[in-house]
Amino acid sequence: MRNKFLSAAVVLAFLAVLAAVPHVFGRFTVYLAIRVMLLGIFALGYNLLLGQTGLLSFGHGAFYAAGAYGLGFFWFHLSPHPLLGIVVGILAAAALALLIGFFCVRHTEIYFAMLTLAFGMMVFSLIWNAREITGGDDGLVGIMRDPITFFGLGKIPIGKDAQYYYLVLVFFALSVWVVHRIRISPFGLVLAGIRENARRTEFAGVPIRNYRLAVFVISGAFAGLAGSLEAMLESNARPFMAHWSHSADPVLVSLLGGLHTLAGPLVGSLLFVAMREIVQRFTENWMLWFGIVLLVIILGFRGGVVGVMQDLFRRFGAAREG
Amino acid sequence: MQSVVHVCLAGLSSGMFIWLVASGLTLIFGVLGVLNFAHGSFYMLGAYFCFTVLRHLGTNFWLGLVLGPLFVCAAGFVLERFFLRRVYHLALPYQLLLTFAFVLIFDNLVKIVWGAGSLSPPGLDILGGSVPIVGRKFPVYNLFIIAVGPLVAIGLWGFLERTWWGRIIRAASSDREMASALGVRVPVLFTSVFVFGCWLGAIGGGLAVPYVGLLTSGMGDTIIIEAFIVAVIGGLGSLKGAFTGALIIGVLSAFGTRYFPTFDMFLIFILMAAVLLWRPQGLFGEAR
Repeated sequence: MRNKFLSAAVVLAFLAVLAAVPHVFGRFTVYLAIRVMLLGIFALGYNLLLGQTGLLSFGHGAFYAAGAYGLGFFWFHLSPHPLLGIVVGILAAAALALLIGFFCVRHTEIYFAMLTLAFGMMVFSLIWNAREITGGDDGLVGIMRDPITFFGLGKIPIGKDAQYYYLVLVFFALSVWVVHRIRISPFGLVLAGIRENARRTEFAGVPIRNYRLAVFVISGAFAGLAGSLEAMLESNARPFMAHWSHSADPVLVSLLGGLHTLAGPLVGSLLFVAMREIVQRFTENWMLWFGIVLLVIILGFRGGVVGVMQDLFRRFGAAREG
Repeated sequence: MQSVVHVCLAGLSSGMFIWLVASGLTLIFGVLGVLNFAHGSFYMLGAYFCFTVLRHLGTNFWLGLVLGPLFVCAAGFVLERFFLRRVYHLALPYQLLLTFAFVLIFDNLVKIVWGAGSLSPPGLDILGGSVPIVGRKFPVYNLFIIAVGPLVAIGLWGFLERTWWGRIIRAASSDREMASALGVRVPVLFTSVFVFGCWLGAIGGGLAVPYVGLLTSGMGDTIIIEAFIVAVIGGLGSLKGAFTGALIIGVLSAFGTRYFPTFDMFLIFILMAAVLLWRPQGLFGEAR
């Protein structure tokens, strides 16, 4: 019981700190904080697939782009309502994930990675080539942030970054909660079972292909949410959102933070955005550093930052007791 | 009719480059059990090193084609001996991600060493000119490429099926532990096969120098994705599948580019989806 109160207090304290950010820091920090939360949503959903189920996808940029373009098309052709646009973005991403996932979950491991990469690049080349519809390499430009209206019962402006921050914060907090619930649900435990031993889980009577497809669609939906939120932040949707180099971001974020915890991808997002800001200030060779960090993690720190911290705490605790 | 023949020939010649990359990828997968994401980067490095040799040692293309890939083999040796070898005992995603890290590193290094823009190689007059085929001109060099592909395939087949080395490679690929117990030095074999696979990819890159006309730091990414699609269609680990798949993809994408430029990649993906539904293990893959 005490533990429950303690964790509730910690969560509330975190939310209070996050809510205070726009009042304390300047515009650029607020912008970066939004980017951290967007990447956090993307990576949290993605890690349900990689960390929880053990499937390595190189195509989640496609669903991110589906979210962004879904919101963009809805904004341009139907209605400028932000919340409806986000719902459309999520649905578009989930539908695309269902279609692509149908083919990909028939395989695991190596085939799965190749297929997701190939299908992701198919989406990229479609967006790139279909100029008349998607704007080709320019993307969809000029998506505006209109106020959120509640059927004439009042409206909330989100035009400034400091205002938009709170909308992103709400979706971020919701995402963390939903992913947490999924991880501890029976569904999440079956996913972990598939990761540890797919054959044994199958013999226990679990239709593992359906479970893989379900988690693929869920992680795609989170990518779509992040994509639609970015489309509003940057007021555009770009084809490079679907590119494999963008699909690699949540992979590195998850590894950086740690694959097997809820906090891993969140810590990873913070580090990733901070690292990119610092590296890009000194050099243009971001990819090189990205690659070197990835190498170091794989060769030496597979638990990620959160894993290393846990080890330290455990050692510290053991030393104190002994 | 005339244009159909020419589109087919163009597709065959671009398919041969995919085959050269896919053959090394397949060989490495068959023996080491590792999918090498960085294989497209070796193709790219092959092209760049060949270009550099040409620039410094005059324009003898054949000399470039012999010397250039040697540098790539050195890079491949370092990758396998000092990095990949440390992760064989880990879960598959880590092996994939390790080679993926090298894609990022190689792509960026190429930008640092050779500049971010694209390079155009010096005019090479090897096998220049063109011959008339069904009333239209076709470059001699492309015909040469169409001949090289099958020669490499026959050479590989002969090497694997008819030589002592080939027997050892086949033995290690079908049962690693048994081969090791019989006295095969598996680590040395792994390094050799990896370097040989890199050499095949690099030769592909070197041959591409006069063909593509422009070298870009993204040229490896395109071809590795095509090689992956080939592996899915032909069946991962099967050289026969890689050869057939590469020809199909080459010809199909040539038709796509010629007749449906907006959806050129789309045809390939429809084919891939169809193969996945019909024969999930690929055309020549073994059923699991």
